[in-house]
Amino acid sequence: MTDAHTAGPFIAAIDQGTTSSRCIVFDRDGRIVSVDQKEHEQIFPKPGWVEHNATEIWTNVQEVVAGAIEKAGITRDDIKAIGITNQRETTVLWDKNTGEPVHNAIVWQDTRTDALCRELGRNVGQDRFRRETGLPLASYFAGPKARWLLDNVDGLKERAEAGDILFGTMDTWVIWNLTGGTDGGKHVTDVTNASRTMLMNLHTMQWDEKICESIGVPQQILPEIRSSAEVYGEITGGKLGDLLGGIPVASALGDQQAALFGQTCFAEGETKSTYGTGTFMVMNTGDKIINSYSGLLTTVGYKIGDQKTVYALEGSIAVTGSLVQWMRDQMGLISTAAEIETLALSVEDNGGAYFVPAFSGLFAPYWRSDARGVIAGLTRYVTKAHLARAVLEATAWQTREIADAMTKDSGVELAALKVDGGMTSNNLLMQTLADFVDAPVVRPMVAETTCLGAAYAAGLAVGFWNSTDDLRANWRRAAEWTPRMDAETRAREYKSWLKAVERTMGWLEDEE
Amino acid sequence: MARNIQSLERAAAMLRLLAGGERRLGLSDIASSLGLAKGTAHGILRTLQQEGFVEQDDASGRYQLGAELLRLGTTYLDVHELRARALVWADDLARSSGESVYLGVLHQQGVLIVHHVFRPDDSRQVLEIGAMQPLHSTALGKVLSAYDPVAHSEALEADRKAFTDKTVCEPEGFEHILDVTRARGYAADVEETWEGVASIAAPIHDRRRMPVGSVGITGAVERLCRPDDDGALRPELIAAVRDCARAVSRDLGAGRF
Repeated sequence: MTDAHTAGPFIAAIDQGTTSSRCIVFDRDGRIVSVDQKEHEQIFPKPGWVEHNATEIWTNVQEVVAGAIEKAGITRDDIKAIGITNQRETTVLWDKNTGEPVHNAIVWQDTRTDALCRELGRNVGQDRFRRETGLPLASYFAGPKARWLLDNVDGLKERAEAGDILFGTMDTWVIWNLTGGTDGGKHVTDVTNASRTMLMNLHTMQWDEKICESIGVPQQILPEIRSSAEVYGEITGGKLGDLLGGIPVASALGDQQAALFGQTCFAEGETKSTYGTGTFMVMNTGDKIINSYSGLLTTVGYKIGDQKTVYALEGSIAVTGSLVQWMRDQMGLISTAAEIETLALSVEDNGGAYFVPAFSGLFAPYWRSDARGVIAGLTRYVTKAHLARAVLEATAWQTREIADAMTKDSGVELAALKVDGGMTSNNLLMQTLADFVDAPVVRPMVAETTCLGAAYAAGLAVGFWNSTDDLRANWRRAAEWTPRMDAETRAREYKSWLKAVERTMGWLEDEE
Repeated sequence: MARNIQSLERAAAMLRLLAGGERRLGLSDIASSLGLAKGTAHGILRTLQQEGFVEQDDASGRYQLGAELLRLGTTYLDVHELRARALVWADDLARSSGESVYLGVLHQQGVLIVHHVFRPDDSRQVLEIGAMQPLHSTALGKVLSAYDPVAHSEALEADRKAFTDKTVCEPEGFEHILDVTRARGYAADVEETWEGVASIAAPIHDRRRMPVGSVGITGAVERLCRPDDDGALRPELIAAVRDCARAVSRDLGAGRF
């Protein structure tokens, strides 16, 4: 709709994501005014390795920002601030004198640091740095990726020690370039992105000297840790400098934290779940750093200016939307993803079948890499429609298991689950979620919660919005599903699901 | 019995000739097999090509069956696909209009609600996905009856109940409303189904311009209609509904008309 948008001012948000970069312009009500998007190349040098060209990403970011401004038909005077959200953990090192990356960025999915992480665990194992950082030693996180680059790019260690090299996750890379690059660019990161490096101490919110030394990342390459919502600098120089020079760069949030913010989960216990190819569930735990004994990650939710840090618990499910894609592409049982619902609705229930998609092991709360996928409970009676139900139920049960883990760790019962992402268009799935989790499931009216979160944080930093209460007032419920399943059925079904999960474990006997 | 139409018979013969296996034939092969002059054969082939029933290979110039023939058998658009495509636009319509949004498709003798977005206020609302609405009195149903011939005949055969004293039940009046709907491109329901409630709806078309559903807003008469004596529907709301229907149609591949 264009009618109501003629009047500014506006906030712009950049979403530097895994497959594309986007820029969205929002108005004061949090409505989308314009969008521009551009995909970048996924580089796979070896099995398990994933890289991005950081220079291409920066070029794309400039294009989509200019594109969104042009589509909105507005000028720099209409934009009060620009915010950033980004794919988390993806790591780039560059020369601060030339602005040239020394190597492609190593993407979060890249597993090249597996061996390094095992080595770093020494005799303690995965949890060596968990108390300080909230994270297990796993290949996702940025610190070990930086160490890999320092070890493997010729002469890099010496250049780093000489003070010529800068480290950054994608927020840092984009902000440094936006604010002038080689000409005085600000070398900063926000607390949420810093909390995914394995180098920041959650208790001090500063780089942990000992851990940096253990992992092998010299502190002089690290950016300054700032809050998620403050003015880091102004857009300066380059093509964007001509177009938007002087506009404050005023927020940075990792993508899942941005979605938490965009969903206005500002109170302790409020939880959002984003349903894409995988699912990310994040619970606001207020000012408490909760150590997880159920395999969840302890992370920073956000920090607004000089206010207190808000912490979060995070649980991820590796296979949700991708299981529907698997049914479509590998099994050929449906021709579009949406058809899974049509097929599933052609029967009343799962016919006794349970599908545990442990395609690459079981993640939270089990963490069993020796598990593999299982379809359990098959009889002559089961049809492909029952399997379609089992596919949707798998996503709902996995959500329930993460929710249970969160409750166990935090002591907070889930009052409602705020959902976003592509799979929220699946009505049967959303109802099933409400039934299995036994809490209302709520979908907000703006689907783009990630970008919206970055816009909100930037708008707060420059006083475009006054408080999180203003933002809550913007939040609109588009739909709500309430539990309809009786407790007895839920308990019986959950038991069967857990039995099926058990059957996935120990499938691989010789783990390399 | 009336005489058959020769060019249709010839077109059918050509399709049969091209059918079966990976068959590609040149113009002269087709013409000679059917005993036609090349010019006549070419005219028919060109028409079939425009309809998508026949395709011409760029390199060899030979003809083969077109993709449209395959689609004829599978015209059905999955309603869940429709919802997934409509989601963003329906949200935006709810935001801009301040009313609840419904997406409906024809199901048996009524409108099946396949998507529902709450009115953007803080009130408690219940999701109505799966509910049925009547064809003859609601804006969603009138749009379907006006654009989809199957819905039209269902509406004529159905028992058209009077829900309020404004419901139009007799066939002539109903047909007139459908004419007006087609002429304006949207339908209205001002207290014809529920007292105090009005709705506006517009058609969603797929890539072949087939009507696949209707989308609309529903709310209190006082908000949807102007406060003056006429009590006409607010034009900005009509525009918002039609914008939404066009945006969804565009996402489904329908061209701009």
